[in-house]
Amino acid sequence: MMEEVKEVTSTLSVDGHNIKVTEVLKDGETLTFLIVSLKLSSTGEYHVDRTYDDFEWLQQHLFSQEDVPGIQGVIFPPLPAKAQVNASAKVMKQLGFLGLEDWQPYSKALETFLRQIATHSILGKNKAVEIFLTSSDPPGRQRVRKNIFNRLSQAVEGMRKEGHKDVDEFFQTERDHNLVLAGGAKTAAERFLDVVQTEQKIAVACGHFSTALHLCVEPGEDLNKQAFSKLCVKLSEVFASMKKNITSVAENNVSTLGLGLDLESRYQEAEKEMLFRRTCKLVELETARRNAEKAKPVKKAAMEEVKKAAETEFDHICGVAKEEIARLQGARVEMLQQALVQWCEKQLLTAKESADQFNQHLQSVRGMAL
Amino acid sequence: MATSSERSPPPFPDSEDQDVLDSEEVGGRDSDEEDDGDDLFMSATNAPLTEMDSPLSPASQPSEVLMKPPTDLMDDPIIEPISSQMENQPVSEVVNESSDDFVDLTNNLTDSPDEADAAESAVEDAAKDTTEIPLDEPSDDFVDIFGSETEAPPEKVMEEDVAEVTVEAATDKSEVASSVTLPPGDGETGSEEEEEEEKEAKTSTDPIIDLSETQQLQPASHTFVDPLVDLLSDSAPTADAKIPSRATVDLFEDEGSDFFTESRQTKSAKQQQKSLFGELDEDLFGEPLGVTSKKAVNVEQKDKPVKTKAATTDVSNMGGPLQDINPAEPADLFSEEAVATVPSIKNTSTVNSKTNGVNSEEEIDIFAEATVELSLDSPRDERKKDVSDTPSVSAAPSLSATASLVKPMPAALEELEEEEEEEEEEQEDKFEVFVSVKDPEKIGDGMNAYMAYKVTTQTQLPMFRNKTFTVRRRFSDFLGLYEKLSEKHGPNGFIVPPPPEKSILGMTKVKVGKDDSSSADFVERRRGALERYLQRVINHPSLLQDPDVREFLERDELPRAVSTQALSGAGFLKMINKATDAVSKMTIKMNESDVWFEEKLLEVESSDQHFRKLLALVESLVVHRKELSLNTASFAKSTAMLGSAEDNTALSRALSQLAEVEDKMEQLHQEQAANDTFSFAELIADYIRLLGAVRGSFDHRMKAWQRWQDAQAVLQKKRETEAKLLWANKPDKLQLAKEEIAEWEAKVTQYERDFERVSATVRKEVVRFEKEKARNCKREIINYLECLLQSQQQLIKYWEAFLPEAKAIA
Repeated sequence: MMEEVKEVTSTLSVDGHNIKVTEVLKDGETLTFLIVSLKLSSTGEYHVDRTYDDFEWLQQHLFSQEDVPGIQGVIFPPLPAKAQVNASAKVMKQLGFLGLEDWQPYSKALETFLRQIATHSILGKNKAVEIFLTSSDPPGRQRVRKNIFNRLSQAVEGMRKEGHKDVDEFFQTERDHNLVLAGGAKTAAERFLDVVQTEQKIAVACGHFSTALHLCVEPGEDLNKQAFSKLCVKLSEVFASMKKNITSVAENNVSTLGLGLDLESRYQEAEKEMLFRRTCKLVELETARRNAEKAKPVKKAAMEEVKKAAETEFDHICGVAKEEIARLQGARVEMLQQALVQWCEKQLLTAKESADQFNQHLQSVRGMAL
Repeated sequence: MATSSERSPPPFPDSEDQDVLDSEEVGGRDSDEEDDGDDLFMSATNAPLTEMDSPLSPASQPSEVLMKPPTDLMDDPIIEPISSQMENQPVSEVVNESSDDFVDLTNNLTDSPDEADAAESAVEDAAKDTTEIPLDEPSDDFVDIFGSETEAPPEKVMEEDVAEVTVEAATDKSEVASSVTLPPGDGETGSEEEEEEEKEAKTSTDPIIDLSETQQLQPASHTFVDPLVDLLSDSAPTADAKIPSRATVDLFEDEGSDFFTESRQTKSAKQQQKSLFGELDEDLFGEPLGVTSKKAVNVEQKDKPVKTKAATTDVSNMGGPLQDINPAEPADLFSEEAVATVPSIKNTSTVNSKTNGVNSEEEIDIFAEATVELSLDSPRDERKKDVSDTPSVSAAPSLSATASLVKPMPAALEELEEEEEEEEEEQEDKFEVFVSVKDPEKIGDGMNAYMAYKVTTQTQLPMFRNKTFTVRRRFSDFLGLYEKLSEKHGPNGFIVPPPPEKSILGMTKVKVGKDDSSSADFVERRRGALERYLQRVINHPSLLQDPDVREFLERDELPRAVSTQALSGAGFLKMINKATDAVSKMTIKMNESDVWFEEKLLEVESSDQHFRKLLALVESLVVHRKELSLNTASFAKSTAMLGSAEDNTALSRALSQLAEVEDKMEQLHQEQAANDTFSFAELIADYIRLLGAVRGSFDHRMKAWQRWQDAQAVLQKKRETEAKLLWANKPDKLQLAKEEIAEWEAKVTQYERDFERVSATVRKEVVRFEKEKARNCKREIINYLECLLQSQQQLIKYWEAFLPEAKAIA
């Protein structure tokens, strides 16, 4: 299977900007995502259903395109962590925003992932993408071997290599900057998640209060009692609309800025990984150079060759990485801007609606005879 | 036109208030028990009749009578001036003040007649006890006055018609007070004469007025006296009036003279006199049952023309209706209902002093009854009316309002009811006192530290010396006030608003003196609770009159409240719980006769449960809100950090703007949390406390019931003993036993009355409580919504300001 994929370089037959994850199906423990993409050649759509395993298969294939020069300089679009039905608290924490609201944000994130890959100048050309998007057979149902890019290995080597002094000042600054940004984005996303979760709690509390207010409604002919009952009902309505308000505020938060911050945070991680891979390469190259210098004449030529190869690869990686970084910069600013603008607009709308509603309530309470 | 608004506050609030309370008690009882009232009536009527010649009256019954006339006196002057003013100037400023004045007047008046001849102490006792204690002496004296005066005038009558009229009036008054039903001997004989005299009387009003005007120095006392004089001493209105007035003035000189002189203007004086005459007319018409309908008609005609005159309008009006009642022509009565109701008010006030100040709140029910029964026979009606009116007397302004309303309108019963409601509104509005508790300040150090609050009162009520005044009070003072009030008013069935509990934990934090947010929050919550507590107290019409309340609001230094320890935190709750337990226990024992109370108690208990649940919910909501505010703050911080790390200048700028927006939002969330706390959490906590107080009032009712039952049991035992003694034939002991039985019978009656009274009060209070609750809730909800709306609008502003920033990122 791997072999067949490696033939590569076919152009994608679908519109990369028009990939949608339309539905999430819960089948026992597994989640299945329905993916719809527009055909480029004719009018028509591909409908495929994919599980998380399929996504992982895709990502692994993209990671392992060893014949593409400078592939290690690519910032791979980040695949969200595995979603689980009845996920543990730890997994949920890892998922962050994506775990909220019945997987809607999650499918949104997957959608973004697919779009990023399909429109990527290098990755989009991979055959695996085409298969993933169009083949009616789910491709990823057998386990793939984790390759060198897997995160575990990174963690082990990370400590040693992350602090490695860079030869290129651009990359040195980028690495430092990336560290700060990744940290900042992660914290911001987490804090924002806290906000959203509290808002949800408030919504629930408002709902409870609204319901409980109905308890205070007393039957009876007595005027005062009726007035009080009416007030309680009214107040209950007020709290119901307050609940609605805060619920939609929370939703707005998640669907715009929440997702944006989450993506930003994951992209920073992806960039960090890329930079790390490059650093690894750099270390490798430096070792090769040293070896070539120290090498005995017998091995000198071989060592020189290794060094050369490493140099070329490193140059490729650097070239791709620079491009990728520049692209990412533009993309993420645009993405964040959109997130902020949408967020702001949605919240504005919600606030206006709520203000309207509150105003109506206020008028009707004022109009109550007492 | 000078109004009575300038009247100065009563010089001796304590005693007066006490008196008012007492008189209230009397009234309440009477109104409660119709039978008793009837008896009293009958006896009273008899007494005056017989005593026209022989002034000595039976001691026990007259006691009531004694009480009545004075009250009558006060009622009349007050009501009539107001009503007449209303006629002349529909919009009178008097409304608010008159009620207070009324109280004062009542007190003074009550004292005055007695003082005239009887010893002060006796009077006071009588006033205070109000029950059967009434002394023989005062009553006799009273009768004496009546008698002697009445006897004296007849001679004058021959010479002066005017004089006679007044005399007659006086006698009538006494009779009326006792009962309208029985036509007095004089009345019968003089019925024809009276008519003529009545005309005379009207004409004579003018001279009197002139006199009063000329007597500028003591107009108040004079006018005030006049009624008194006329009624009691029955001297010639014009020339003689001066003398008696002075006499009375002397009586009042020590205490009341300034009060009267200041308070009364000549105008009001005039009106009083007029009104006095008006009453006379009424009486004249009302009493002679023997008067034929024809006569009545005649009289009416006479009256009507008079009516057109602004001055005597009241009188004539009153005359008309009364007349109607008398001739036993119910049809007329109804046709003239509008008029009738008005007179009935006055009428009652004249006739029935008993209920007097007490029933201010009972107006509605009683009133309704009264109107219904207007169609009935005159005597009965009048009594009823009295009852109904008397309450209105205490709420003088509202009464006047009704009166004025009634007159222009051809009143139907429904309208009356409507007016009653308005009356009530006005009554509530009239308590224009606003209190604020501000500037909590920690005084002292360590565990001896305490919080002091600035209590500022703003009022238009003349019972206070100033319009605004501020005192410093510490928390235990508030508790002390509550203790005093609940001790005094609790047993009567009043719902005394409870202050916030002592909180050892909260206060300790404050004492330890960390200026953290929780202790600031605690202080603020408590401050709010104290303010609402105080406002509730002064919104209560009866509690506002309490001297302790006034002292609390006005006096610079308050004696240190002691033993508030009992009210501290857990102790307070325990107390309430104990009361609740007692109530429930008693309910089991008590065979509840009144379904209303049974239902109410259940209601109170269930709404207590509901409120507790709501409180828990609101509190969790508040917790979440606070959490949200914290989280927003930390999000703002992390956004700021992200912004500062950002390379892209526009994005960086937008992010730091966002951080600012979030900071502001944190503020909003915080305000919202406070809003939730103060609009709902605190309100609900208040109501849980208040429901405790409501239960307490139920408890007091039970206690009254218990006392009554116990007394009955004792009485039963005494009777058994008597039977045994009778059987054993021991006459000497039998006498003792009989005395004891009489004593206990009286006690049983009294306790029963007490119970009825407490029941009525509790009922009223609960209704008032519910009304207040609904109102208060509405107010709070409006407040809350306004805040909510405001914060949404603020939010909109923030978003609108941020949107361009976000769009500017390129």
